[in-house]
Amino acid sequence: MFRVVKKDELTHKKEIMIRISAVILALIFVAIVMTIVGYNALEIFSNIIKGSLSSKYRIVETINKTIPLTVLSLGVAIAFKMKFWNIGAEGQFYMGAFGATFVALNFSYLPSPVVLTLMFIAGAICGGLWALIPALLKTKFETSETLVTLMLNYIAIKWISYLQYGPWKDPNGIGFPKIATFEKSAVLPKVFGIHCGFIIALVLVVLVHILLTKTKLGYEISVLGESQTTAKYAGMNVVKIIIIAILLSGAMAGIAGMMQCSAIEQTLNDKLSGGLGFTAVITTWLANLSAPLILVVSFLFALLLQGGAFLQSAMQIPASVAEVIQGIIIFFVLASEFFIRYKIVRVHKVEKGAK
Amino acid sequence: MDFLLSLELFLQVAAQMGTHILFATLGAILCEKVGNLNLGVEGMMLMGASVGFYTAVHTGNPYLAVLAAGLMGAFGALIYAVITVNFRGNQVVTGLVLTIFGTGFAGMVGRNLSGIALDEKVISAFAAKPIPVLSEIPVIGKMLFEQSIYVQAALIVAILVYIYLNKTSFGLNTRFVGENPAAADASGINVTKYKYINILVGGFLCGVGGAFLSLVYVPRWQDNITAGAGWIAVALVIFSTWNPLRAIFGAYLFGMLRGVGFKLQNVKIGNFGFSAQILDMLPYLATIIVLVFITKRKKKENLPPESLGNPYFREER
Repeated sequence: MFRVVKKDELTHKKEIMIRISAVILALIFVAIVMTIVGYNALEIFSNIIKGSLSSKYRIVETINKTIPLTVLSLGVAIAFKMKFWNIGAEGQFYMGAFGATFVALNFSYLPSPVVLTLMFIAGAICGGLWALIPALLKTKFETSETLVTLMLNYIAIKWISYLQYGPWKDPNGIGFPKIATFEKSAVLPKVFGIHCGFIIALVLVVLVHILLTKTKLGYEISVLGESQTTAKYAGMNVVKIIIIAILLSGAMAGIAGMMQCSAIEQTLNDKLSGGLGFTAVITTWLANLSAPLILVVSFLFALLLQGGAFLQSAMQIPASVAEVIQGIIIFFVLASEFFIRYKIVRVHKVEKGAK
Repeated sequence: MDFLLSLELFLQVAAQMGTHILFATLGAILCEKVGNLNLGVEGMMLMGASVGFYTAVHTGNPYLAVLAAGLMGAFGALIYAVITVNFRGNQVVTGLVLTIFGTGFAGMVGRNLSGIALDEKVISAFAAKPIPVLSEIPVIGKMLFEQSIYVQAALIVAILVYIYLNKTSFGLNTRFVGENPAAADASGINVTKYKYINILVGGFLCGVGGAFLSLVYVPRWQDNITAGAGWIAVALVIFSTWNPLRAIFGAYLFGMLRGVGFKLQNVKIGNFGFSAQILDMLPYLATIIVLVFITKRKKKENLPPESLGNPYFREER
C-alpha cells in the first residue's frame, strides 16, 4: 500500500532543486515532441535565447515585457496571499490604462511631470476601484471572486473597444478606429534606453516584499488567508483588510496598465495587454507569491514571449510553437509542486489499521 | 405574418450561432459538477476545432472528424485532470495554461490549413436539411427541424446531460462528489474515478463544440477561430445556474448577441444607437448579475457546487 502524506516544510534548496528538475524534464519532453513534429529542437531553444538576449534592442524588448508582467504579478500576489483568487488583473490593467488615458487626452497641456503623476494616480485608482467590485460582492453576498473577476476582465476589454470605436475615436485617424496618440508630455521618459517604468517596477517589488513580510497589514493579510475565523477571533476587521488589500492589488494592475499605454503604445487600444493579465496569474503562482521571485519568473516568461516572437522571423516557425513550449513547461512545474508539498510513503497494513 | 416568418428565420440562425457555445457549456457543466473549475475551455475548443478540421481534410470523413475533435478535447482535459486531480495542482492556473497550450497547439496544427476548402462530402453531411412536416411547425419548426444534424445533436446532448445529472444514480454520485468529496469518499464513491470520467467527457464536448465552427459554421480554418467563445461558455455555465436545459436558452441568446452585434450597430432609435462592443459586454454583465442574485438568495439548486475550485485530498479530511 502507498499513501500520500503532507510533507514538513522543505528546505529552500530542495524546493528549488525540485522545480529545476521539473523544468529540465519539461525541456527534454519538449525536445522529443518537437523532434517528432519535425523541428530542430536545439535550434528552437537557441533561437529563443538569441531572439530575446542577443542584441541591445532585443534585451530592451525583453525588459519591456518583464515590467508589466512583474507589476501585474505583484498585484495578484497581494490578493492570492489572502486566498482572494483575483484573476481579474487583465481587467484592472485595462481600467488603469483607461484612467491614465483619460488624463493624457484631456490634460496633456500641463507640464509633463504633473501629467505623468496624474496619470499614475488615475491608473492606480481606476485599477483599484475595478478590483473593489468583486471584493464588495464577496464580503456582502459571498459571491465567488474568481468568477466575478474573470467576467469583469471581458467587460473592461469591451469597454476599451467601445471607447476606441466610439467616443474616443481619433478624428484624424482617417476612419481607422484608434485613439489619438499621446502628446510627448504624457509619455514616460527613458532612462538608459529603457522607459523608466523599470525603476517603478523595481521599487514596487521592494515595497510589496516589505508589505507582505514586514508590516502589520501584511501579517493580517496572511492570517486572513490562512483562516477567516482565526482572523475574526484575533479581533481583526476582516472587511476592512480585504478592501485595503484588494484596492492595493487592483492598483498594481492599474499602474501596469498606465505604464504600458504611456511608454509602449503611447495610446490606448483593446490589444494593449495581449493577455499579460492572465499570464500574471501563472507567474505569481509559479513564484510562490514571493515578490523577489516574481521578478525572476516574470523575466523568464518575458524571455519566452520575446524569443517566441523571434522564432517566426528566424525559422518561419509559427509563434504558436512558443505557446506550446510555454504550456508544457508550466504543466511540468505545476505537477512538480505535488512533490514539494507531499510525499508518497509505503505503509504496512498493520500500521494503517492502527491509525 | 411577416413578423412570424422573420422570427422563424431568426431563431433558426440563433441556434446555429449558439451551437458551439452550447456544446462547450455542457462540457464545462460536467466538469464543474465534480467540483473542478476548468478555465481551459477555450483551449480545448481550439484543439478540437483544429484537429477536427485536419481530420476532415485528410480523410474526408465527417464523422471521423467529429470523433477526432472530441478525443482531442478529451486529451486536453486529461492533462488538466492529471494535474488537478492526481497532483492537486491549482485549478485556475492549470486551466489558464491549458488555454495557452491549446491556442498554441491549434496554431501548429492549423499552420498549413488556412485557405483549404472542405470536401463536398463533409459540407453536405452537416448541411441544414428540413425534416418533412415537422419543419413546417410555425415559429420553432425551422429552428429545430430544418437544421444541421450538428445543431440537433447539441440539443439532444443537452437533454441527455440533464437526465444524466438528475435522473441517474451515476449522475447523482457525480453531484455528490462536487458538493462534498469527503462525504462521497466516506460513503464508498471513488472520487478520482468520477472526477476523471466527467472531466474527460466534458473535454470531449468542448472539442466537439470547437469543431462545429471549423467544420460547419465557418467552414474553413482560421487562426483563433473560437474568438473567445470558450470564455462565453464559462460565463454561461453560471448564467444557466449549472442547468443543461437552461444552457440551451442561454447559448442561443449569447450566440445571437455575438452574431447580431455588428448588424445592429447601424440601427438607430432616436438618439440612441446600438454599439457592438456594448452588446458584446452584455453576456458577462448578465452573468455577474445572475451570480450575485443566486448567491444572495442561497437557493440550493441554483448555487455553484460546494467544492468548486478546491482540490480534494483524502488525508486532509
